[in-house]
Amino acid sequence: MRIRRFTEPIFESLIKICGYSSGFVVLLIIVFLFKEGISFFGSSPVEEGFTMYVHASNPVKDLSAAQIKDVFDQKITNWKALGGADQPIDFEFLPKCIDSYMDSLPGSLAFFPSAQTDGKLKSAIPIKIDKITVGKFLSDTEWFPTSRPAARMGVMPLLLGTLLVSFFAIIIALPLGLAASIYLAEIADERIRKILKPVIELLAGIPSVVYGFFGLVVIVPLVQSTFNLPVGETALAGSIVLAIMALPTIITVSEDALRTTPRAMKEASLALGASQWQTIRLVTVPYAASGITAAAILGIGRAIGETMAALMVTGNSAIMPPTLLQPVRTIPATIAAELGEAPFGGLHFQALFALGCLLFIITLIINLLVERVSAKRN
Amino acid sequence: MANKLETIDVHLHYGEFHALKGISLAIPDHSVTALIGPSGCGKSTYLRLFNRMNDLIPYTKITGQVLMDGEDIYKIKSSKIDHLRRTVGMVFQKPNPFPKSIFENVAYGLRVNGISDNSFIENQVEKTLRQAALWEEVKDKLKKSAFELSGGQQQRLCIARALAIEPTVILMDEPASALDPISTGKIEDLIFELKDQYTIIIVTHNMQQAGRVSDYTGFFYLGNLIEFDKTKKIFTNPSKQETENYITGRFG
Repeated sequence: MRIRRFTEPIFESLIKICGYSSGFVVLLIIVFLFKEGISFFGSSPVEEGFTMYVHASNPVKDLSAAQIKDVFDQKITNWKALGGADQPIDFEFLPKCIDSYMDSLPGSLAFFPSAQTDGKLKSAIPIKIDKITVGKFLSDTEWFPTSRPAARMGVMPLLLGTLLVSFFAIIIALPLGLAASIYLAEIADERIRKILKPVIELLAGIPSVVYGFFGLVVIVPLVQSTFNLPVGETALAGSIVLAIMALPTIITVSEDALRTTPRAMKEASLALGASQWQTIRLVTVPYAASGITAAAILGIGRAIGETMAALMVTGNSAIMPPTLLQPVRTIPATIAAELGEAPFGGLHFQALFALGCLLFIITLIINLLVERVSAKRN
Repeated sequence: MANKLETIDVHLHYGEFHALKGISLAIPDHSVTALIGPSGCGKSTYLRLFNRMNDLIPYTKITGQVLMDGEDIYKIKSSKIDHLRRTVGMVFQKPNPFPKSIFENVAYGLRVNGISDNSFIENQVEKTLRQAALWEEVKDKLKKSAFELSGGQQQRLCIARALAIEPTVILMDEPASALDPISTGKIEDLIFELKDQYTIIIVTHNMQQAGRVSDYTGFFYLGNLIEFDKTKKIFTNPSKQETENYITGRFG
């Protein structure tokens, strides 16, 4: 008795500590993610340590990252297009000596290390570059995070790509999953169910890289030959693979929901002369509707957050607007593919964190939806 | 009086378990028959023979004949089972309304049987809710969920639901066991009223209830039908010792 009086408070406090610390870790991850992600906004798209210079007489005082890239790609060749005088743009990437270069060319634009100018320039002045904002991050349609002189960080193609792939994944997975769960819960023989259910649950445990591999060798060639495409790595291939991956979740969750329909309710329906199919359609499925919705939302969550398989089969190119039969690039795949190459703490690195934040917000919304839907059930 | 239902030497097995051991019994038309006996004696299983509800349980094997109006209901095509169930209404132990409105609960049986004439459905819903002595209590809230009703009201709603498809037989599986005495009284009054039009079989654990509502009583024990006779005879002068022991509370 005396020992219990000592041990019980100890166990209680241990359990408390475990609870608090796991909550704290979750909080820490969120804070860390958003700290890195938020510092991305307000920074300049031009690489750190470099500045864009124009001739001192040039009336153009600020440029956006998109304009700089167009100049660099020679889509814009005249200052007139940028709101300046009618003179050609002489773009120089890292000139040998900025002052002498600038002096001779009034229409010049140069990318140069800021440290070498020492602030003693006669003819060149730094031009203001538009800072990255949340609005621009969300609305810009180009994703060239490493392009120089100015990076373009538009999340739109990635976001749309993610939503497209997930949307079609769920369009494929939901009817199949619902049909399979109705079969398992209502129609299948007890013996078949006993075999099939664990097999389907096992599918949920297969690592996503294996699904990606399966997609790469089976789905991708299939999509390519069916639609006669130059490449099979498309949004459609991604959707199919993600649908297969989301299926076990959808099937098991909605099957559990269907099985909560009281037997007495089904018997009442049958006793009134309803056929088995009428009973399923009018009693069982409506009774389990909130559980089935929760299953669908969980499936969407799985598809949106999936990284490895998406990376392997979607072809990873940020085409705008994304379409089903072209390669797309999803947000998680972008983070996974680019994080290793992004210099630690740099602009690109922070941009990927901002992507992470965006993904976090999307999945948070999905989880809140699940909570609401399943709260309605009780 | 003609026999509405009859079983001839019916045996029923659930897998290894021999639940009914050769039951032969004839149930007269327009009467109330009570089935009594201790838990697990087979009386509910026997009741569920008549709308083939036992079919839903896997590994069930039935032999013998189950006749309704002289026709063996286990010889009909499986596509006709829905039709059979339409002529045999059932009220379950616990109130089990559908998660729908009060109106739709009663209309359900009509709708699944392909009736779409709304004025007919409305008339039928009102008629059967009146029959089930529930109309006055629910007429202003027909659109409300059936779950908002009390347990006793829900059970009367389930009776109305069973009556709506105009069956000729009503099976009641301990219909008042989950209800308070006042609701039970209402259900018993209802059974009394319905007897003129229907053949009713009621399974009950409540001896007094069996004595009050039924014309005939069958006593089941361990899968056997021990005795079947007029209720008055069973309760006053049973011919078998087991029946007397059970009724007087010496076992069970």
